[in-house]
Amino acid sequence: MAAELAEHAHPEHDREVFERTIFGFWMYLMSDCVLFGTLFATYAVLQDSLAGGPSGKELFNLPYALLETLILLTSSFTSGLAMLSAHKKNLLRTILYFAITFILGASFLTLEINEFSHMVQEGNSWQRSAFLSSYFTLVSTHGLHITVGLLWMTVMMAQVLVRGFLPETLKRLTCLCLFWHFLDIVWIFIFTFVYLMGVT
Amino acid sequence: MNDLFGKLDIRAFQHDAIENSVGVVIALTSLIIIGFVTYHGRWKWLWKEWITSLDPKRIGVMYLIVVLLMLFKGVMDAVMMRAQLAMAVGDTAGFLGAAHFQQVFSAHGTTMIFFVGMGAIFATMNFVVPLQIGARDVAFPFLNSLSFWLFAVSAALVNVSMFVGEFSATGWLAYPPLSGIEYSPGVGVDYWIWVLQISGVSSLLSGINFLVTILKMRAPGMTLMRMPIFIWSIFGALVLIVVAFPILTATLALLALDRVLGMHFFTSAAGGNPMMYINLIWAWGHPEVYILVLPAFGIFSEIVSTFSQKKLFGYTSMVWALMIITFLSFVVWLHHFFTMGAGANVNAFFGIMTVLIAVPTGVKVFNWLFTMRQGKIHLSTPMLWFLAFIFIFSTGGMTGVLLSIPPADFQLHNSLFLIAHFHSMVIGGVLFGIFAGLSYWFPKFTGFKLDERLGRYAFWCWFIGFLLAFMPLYALGLMGATRRLDHYEVHAWQPLYMIAAAGVPFIIVGIILQNLQILVGYKNRKTDSAIMGDSWNGRTLEWSTSSPPPPYNFAIIPHVGERDPFWAVKEGNEKPEHRKYEDIMMPRNTSFGFWIAGFAFLIGFAIIWHIWWFGLLCLATLLTLVIIRTWGGMDEEVITAEEVKNIEEKGFNRWQQS
Repeated sequence: MAAELAEHAHPEHDREVFERTIFGFWMYLMSDCVLFGTLFATYAVLQDSLAGGPSGKELFNLPYALLETLILLTSSFTSGLAMLSAHKKNLLRTILYFAITFILGASFLTLEINEFSHMVQEGNSWQRSAFLSSYFTLVSTHGLHITVGLLWMTVMMAQVLVRGFLPETLKRLTCLCLFWHFLDIVWIFIFTFVYLMGVT
Repeated sequence: MNDLFGKLDIRAFQHDAIENSVGVVIALTSLIIIGFVTYHGRWKWLWKEWITSLDPKRIGVMYLIVVLLMLFKGVMDAVMMRAQLAMAVGDTAGFLGAAHFQQVFSAHGTTMIFFVGMGAIFATMNFVVPLQIGARDVAFPFLNSLSFWLFAVSAALVNVSMFVGEFSATGWLAYPPLSGIEYSPGVGVDYWIWVLQISGVSSLLSGINFLVTILKMRAPGMTLMRMPIFIWSIFGALVLIVVAFPILTATLALLALDRVLGMHFFTSAAGGNPMMYINLIWAWGHPEVYILVLPAFGIFSEIVSTFSQKKLFGYTSMVWALMIITFLSFVVWLHHFFTMGAGANVNAFFGIMTVLIAVPTGVKVFNWLFTMRQGKIHLSTPMLWFLAFIFIFSTGGMTGVLLSIPPADFQLHNSLFLIAHFHSMVIGGVLFGIFAGLSYWFPKFTGFKLDERLGRYAFWCWFIGFLLAFMPLYALGLMGATRRLDHYEVHAWQPLYMIAAAGVPFIIVGIILQNLQILVGYKNRKTDSAIMGDSWNGRTLEWSTSSPPPPYNFAIIPHVGERDPFWAVKEGNEKPEHRKYEDIMMPRNTSFGFWIAGFAFLIGFAIIWHIWWFGLLCLATLLTLVIIRTWGGMDEEVITAEEVKNIEEKGFNRWQQS
């Protein structure tokens, strides 16, 4: 409690910490961007290394990928709504919108896992060819980020419920939403470079 | 049982006589340290004041301790290599088997770059950055503690490989397909991968942390162009860290996926592309070289200016040179493998880009020399390291330009000429820079100077030892000796190899003298004037506070109106601050960094040995710890104005003792 009291006594200090954290989180996102960039580059190099295995054209189901895309984009929108409600300190709406975001994110993940398991069952696993290795790695790295995001969202919903809207909590919610939007943008690139360009 | 311990079984603990003796030495040393701490009843103090500390100055000291231990290990590796090569000619096999020799040179490179070089840079950053920019702390104090402990546990993991299993035998960059599962089925490469993954995450977190510190926490009035040049050099290194380390993380992850899940990124079969690994690893690796050397440039810039009692010549051109080098370091990676067959045009482009780096570097060298011109030069130890650096770095730089010409590189590639070149840069540039910085800033953090006379002796030992150990390698390289040989047939090479080996005792004596320097300095601490704060008639803000600085660094955050703010105050151009103390908020110590890193260590170990259940268990615990930590909220304590006044009047040291 003492720590919380100290916090409210120093609004200037809070503001500095907030700015610093958001700035630092942007730095992290940019470094994550380089990580995805590396995976995109390896995918670009290896996408024609089929080793006699199937190509993207034979494997990808475009409407299915479009469905995943729409679900993820909608979740980005609802996370934005959640953030707006959080700024208005509206507990009920914040939780509601985050719950919707969570369900959409979880559905996206389920669809992705389903897609993967079908490929593996048909004998086209990551061991089949260099192309499939890079495909699975790129897409599932995004999926892993989504998983972490969902875990984070659960923790944050609990924090909002238990502790209310402390400056601390708002700071973390802002980071979470930045993270979520960032994953959306990465997915747009995956959808374009892997699915759309892979099928044509 | 098989599933319970993964690949780990009794054979992992069986080693040859040399490895066992190393193990015994390490075990005995650890026991002595543990006994010493227990005997003096210092565990609680160690835990409360150091292990859980979030103070960058203390974290810096802990970095330095790990660095010194790892330097000892790295030098021992070097001793074994030089001794082996001084004898292993013709029918003599030498005392190391080929397999062991390969592990030794792989461990030497890994240790020196990741744990000595990087560690020393982070130690210096922790010491100097907040003080020089007039800040009380880094941007994210807890993250800083976590970074340190991740660094420490990855260093521990290297050492564990000597007891449990083996280390990588594939060189410090582990090129596939050799490092793939087909040709390296043991756990050595896995150790290498996870050691680097953990220390890589540590570097990235520190990189972000200090970048935000520099960009967001400078004292009022310190514009970018008023930052000390050391801060600019660190800024360049940090940008490189944030952009380059994710590439390393991704590349190592791909290699691990190849090895564990049977993927085909870098295999020879199923469409994999080993050359892509070499491109990726150097896309990180070349910037890495500059991450190490840029801070050394910064250290020397501070030193040459302070010990010439003049302001730095050509500050603006120095900043531009640093930034241009930062940029160029991203477009030269291919010069590490001209022989790979990328084609004449590609090689020409990268050759020209490499030659271009000599231009801003030359600008820096001339700026340093012009700073000395007509200055009141004090030839103290930091300055001796600087002068040796100018000599070795310039010759090493010129052989570098030679290597950047693709046709010449085709001849010299992978020869000892290359080894001599990059050791000139890394020892003459980075390590000498670190030593210079250490003797320069040491009084700031301890309140006493390193012994000057022993410092000179240590310097001369290092300098002579370096020349003996590495100049012959240039000649050997031109004579055709390649790197990573454990044995050779050409008898004409042996005299040169013996001269190189003769350099090693000099270097070892140098290291011993450096350690004595600390002891003698400590003994004479009472007679020293360093406690006053300004040991060298310094120019920048760190010299304006007491030595060692209080936990909050500055009782009153200074206002900066000029480039060398403390010098300006001393010259009377600026008035010292009016002293009215206020409450200061500092983060409270926490052990979370220690525990989280501890579980990261266990996760690494579990993955290396394929003990999956244990790895998952540790991952779950680690995540739980992170969640608990975020639940706690801001954990800060207040140092009241009254206490600040007390500390400022008595000096921090005496205040602590009373």
